[in-house]
Amino acid sequence: MLRYVLKRLLVAIPTLFVIITISFFLMHIAPGGPFNMEKGIPPEIKANIERVFHLDEPVLSQYLRYLNNLIHGDLGPSYVILNFSVAELFAKSLPVSLWIGSLAMLFSLVAGCAMGVVAALRHNGLIDYIVVTLATAGSTIPTFVTAPLIQLVFGLTFHWIWIGGWHEGALAALIGPVITLALPQLATVARLMRGAMIEALHTNHIRTAKAMGLSDYSIVIRHAMRGALLPIASYAGPAAAGLLTGSIIVESIFQIPGIGRSFIDGALNRDYTMVMGTVIIIAVFTIVFNLVSDILYAVIDPRVRYD
Amino acid sequence: MKKPVLSLKNIKVNFDTMDGKVEAVKGANIQVNAGETIAIVGESGSGKSQMMMAAMGLLAANGKATGECEFEGRNLLAMGKAELNTIRGRKISMIFQEPMTSLDPLYTIGNQLMEPIKHHLKFDAAAARKRAIEMLELVKIKEPERRMRSYPHEMSGGQRQRVMIAMALANNPELLIADEPTTALDVTIQAEILELMADLQHRLGMAMIFITHDLGIVKRIAKRVYVMRKGEVVEEGDTKAIFANPKHEYTKALLEAEPTGRKAPPVAGAPVILSGEDIQVTFKIGGGFLGSPPIELKAVDHVSVSLKQGQTIGIVGESGSGKSTLARALLRLLPSRGALNFNGQAITGFDKQTMRPLRKQLQVVFQDPFGSLSPRMTAGQIITEGLIVHEPAMSAAARDARAVQALEEVQIDPALRNRYPHEFSGGQRQRLAIARAIILKPKVVVLDEPTSALDRQVQKQIVDLLRDLQKAYNLSYLFISHDLAVVRAMADHIMVMKDGKLVEQGTPDEVMLKPKQDYTRRLMAAAFAS
Repeated sequence: MLRYVLKRLLVAIPTLFVIITISFFLMHIAPGGPFNMEKGIPPEIKANIERVFHLDEPVLSQYLRYLNNLIHGDLGPSYVILNFSVAELFAKSLPVSLWIGSLAMLFSLVAGCAMGVVAALRHNGLIDYIVVTLATAGSTIPTFVTAPLIQLVFGLTFHWIWIGGWHEGALAALIGPVITLALPQLATVARLMRGAMIEALHTNHIRTAKAMGLSDYSIVIRHAMRGALLPIASYAGPAAAGLLTGSIIVESIFQIPGIGRSFIDGALNRDYTMVMGTVIIIAVFTIVFNLVSDILYAVIDPRVRYD
Repeated sequence: MKKPVLSLKNIKVNFDTMDGKVEAVKGANIQVNAGETIAIVGESGSGKSQMMMAAMGLLAANGKATGECEFEGRNLLAMGKAELNTIRGRKISMIFQEPMTSLDPLYTIGNQLMEPIKHHLKFDAAAARKRAIEMLELVKIKEPERRMRSYPHEMSGGQRQRVMIAMALANNPELLIADEPTTALDVTIQAEILELMADLQHRLGMAMIFITHDLGIVKRIAKRVYVMRKGEVVEEGDTKAIFANPKHEYTKALLEAEPTGRKAPPVAGAPVILSGEDIQVTFKIGGGFLGSPPIELKAVDHVSVSLKQGQTIGIVGESGSGKSTLARALLRLLPSRGALNFNGQAITGFDKQTMRPLRKQLQVVFQDPFGSLSPRMTAGQIITEGLIVHEPAMSAAARDARAVQALEEVQIDPALRNRYPHEFSGGQRQRLAIARAIILKPKVVVLDEPTSALDRQVQKQIVDLLRDLQKAYNLSYLFISHDLAVVRAMADHIMVMKDGKLVEQGTPDEVMLKPKQDYTRRLMAAAFAS
């Protein structure tokens, strides 16, 4: 198993390299640059600034310079938020996104699995229909609709939550973005869990458990649910990578200073180093959480062995 | 001694389906006495399993049972789940047909064996573990301590069924219900499991209900037998008496369904039509990017075959012995080493293109009459498809005439040729598969377990049909089967395979009556013990 993990991490290095290379050149193909202001600045000043940041060099040597810095752990300075390095900016925004993302993931997994199991046990019953309806709604209604609705109802009408801002991570500020982020995931998890449970409850080994007179708890939780968690494990890894690296829409609507916003701001302002930094973070999270998914899969199912 | 353990009185089982109510069991009465073994015999769909499922509270959600299942003075059908769970797995336990899937793949054998012991007998972990190991020893699992830590996928089907038996008997039940416990197993394993069950019944003294479609098993294991058909018990009584003197028409038909007769060898000097010399087929398992090198598996290991015109070679062996692979290699359906010859022409190394003109003379009929016919084509389209490929010049009218002729030959009403496969029964579908092969007027037909998925009576009809067709067209058959009774009736030469190697060959009488090899002897003993 350890060998397998090391092997996967080793394969991740060339993968990352390809991602970095493609993103770097794609970004430089896009017209404009970080210092092309609307009003324009005197050309000699612009040239000066560009020389300081080596933007006057050919793209290839900029690329090699970036790679060299990256290998030494330097993500470079931000071109837009001056006097700050990308690493310093991430130190502030990444924890915010991670915190909101993990809360949303936790909530959607726990609530989604519970809903899925209950629906499967009442297959074709009233609760099942309610869960299916909610799950369909959750997957189809976009976050830019649910977020303002939550702000309107719970913020403006009942005054239970902040409608925006970070407020040092206060609970009232977290609820809105966490729920908004969690809803679509929760819906998918519930749907997956329901399907997997219905299937699991019809397997022959569940029939054996019933024939042996085991308790409902053992049949549902110990025998059916463990198997039904397999598709959840495959889904949760990539989903977690997406949630933890911030959501542009949710962070914009709730005015959360997370990494999702720095990505979109960076891209719009041609803040090259900021965009590259975000791409690397998202890539690393995606690779790591896919690996976590695969490991979880093997932990649940002894038939899966990596070596 | 004649105290009944379980009596089923006027049991009816209904299923609510899309097509309305289906009556699976129509008022059956069955009784099993303490320490007694009874058998319930019948073909698939006779309701024999559903009746016992109903007694155990295991019917599907759309199923409903009425009547009375009396156990210790109480009616099982009237019990709530909690009360039923004090009996299921404790006083009555059940094992099933599918040993491969009846254990939870995610838990160790030990874990699964201990769970019902802890649950019903309130043993602590140490005591349950001790009991579980005892049970594994009882069902003759080697190295029980180590096996406690194994997962089901690390065991063979026979071993898994032993574990199921261990689990079912761990709480000393008064009754064991066995639903076709050996059907999915190879014939030698079947014999071992049956012997084990008879032995355990003798030692532990529980009553046993054996559900089966196999009359050989009934004869071997049960004192009394109930014959079921279409949800009703048509005959019951002492096994010996019923076998000697069946009263009901259906029982008689069932007993006569054993394929009989022998095939005469091909005429002297008949030419060799298909031969393979020193055939080897290897499969690579595993390996890949950054992986360990692949493992080579020898599926067929230096086997030579020579099939004469009008001959039937029976290839027998357990699953995984390489018998189907050998046949496929002979037809060049998969790559192999060794010289191949068909009709005097060397076909060694022929590829898809070069084989195509010969394909119409080399046909195959597969085991699964459900999966091997396209569900979206009519019977007529299915059987004439080969003609379109091999005789493209033929007019549609001529093709249709050939289809009518082929259907008549397999005794299916040609008027049914516009129907789809799902509208035919299993036996009829196998007839369609045969029609599809013979319409091309082949010289060689490979029959890969063509009767294994069918009930005994239907099996006999298909065997008769195949023999008639062989006589009419001087066909040569390669007949692959694990069912030795059918092979005996069909083949004039038998090859016994094990682990990809040819173990023994000869005429049916040589192989079956005077087997030279130990493996063949065991195979025959298991198949014809009764």
